Amino acid sequence: MKYRVSTVALGLLFLLAGAACAVEKWQGVDESVVERIAGEQGRHSRDPLIPIEGDVQLFAFLMAGTVGGFAAGYYWRVLMEGKKRPPK
Amino acid sequence: MKYRNLLLSIVLPLIFLPSPSFAMHISEGILPISWALVWFAGSIPFLALGLRTLARRSAQDLSSKPLVGMLAAVVFVISCMPIPMPTGTCSHPCGTGLAAVVLGPTLGVVVAAVALLIQALFLSHGGLTTWGANLFAMGVVGSFAGYAGFRMTRFCGAGPVVAAFAAGVLADWGTYTATAMILAAGIKGASPFWPLFGKITLAFVPTQLPLGILEGTITAGMVSLLRNKRPDLLARTALAVTEGSRS
Repeated sequence: MKYRVSTVALGLLFLLAGAACAVEKWQGVDESVVERIAGEQGRHSRDPLIPIEGDVQLFAFLMAGTVGGFAAGYYWRVLMEGKKRPPK
Repeated sequence: MKYRNLLLSIVLPLIFLPSPSFAMHISEGILPISWALVWFAGSIPFLALGLRTLARRSAQDLSSKPLVGMLAAVVFVISCMPIPMPTGTCSHPCGTGLAAVVLGPTLGVVVAAVALLIQALFLSHGGLTTWGANLFAMGVVGSFAGYAGFRMTRFCGAGPVVAAFAAGVLADWGTYTATAMILAAGIKGASPFWPLFGKITLAFVPTQLPLGILEGTITAGMVSLLRNKRPDLLARTALAVTEGSRS
């Protein structure tokens, strides 16, 4: 019980520390470091070849995670169990 | 019990604070084309070496293909996964330390190349002109730093799981140090290199310091799992090279 309380407390500490320090909530380091400093030096990013943003980008990441996770799981199973062939 | 608590304390904020954010890779157009070409030229020999290793190993060992496939998928997924840090920013692990330990550093470059290309093409993450630079940082420096960290830690007498932790940490920190170097060289203009490099590196520190430790933990966990489940799979890996002399 004591451990659970300390776990939750530690988790909340991480959470609150993050919220307190965040200038803009959970900004990626590509924006908060790479693009900001590049902008200060006069270099700005361009649109990528296939520009996607907003919820479409979220969807793309979700699909990428799903497909990647499926592939990882499939190969894990192949490695652990081998390919099962149907009996002739 | 202590380990479980530590793990939960890291995972809890991740569960309760999911928020879209993307990280690390140098975006399209940030680097001048001359510098982009330099990093392409720097990365291609390592990629070619990795592809040759892949072809040779696939011919010798049939189980290497699913192992490479699984690690390519793992590297792709975890390098797409922004993790919120206590500092209020997000970044993602690289996974190249894990690939370097299990597959070797040159194959680490190959899996990073595939992950970065898919991200640049379909996820607006990174860029095609900066693909060479991102590959150099994450693939080449990440893999070789992780591999060197693993070998050196083993040489000092540490166990494979501890050495895998060191590999994950060094791969992550090496990647971001290389990103800082590439960025500083590319965008400095008339400014001096070292102050700008220091500024970028310091800006990465609050996010990457804890993330590197998290990446080390992921790498150690994965290596431990593979060793327990299928130790025979790791017969041709960096792990096996050191196991021969010390386990």
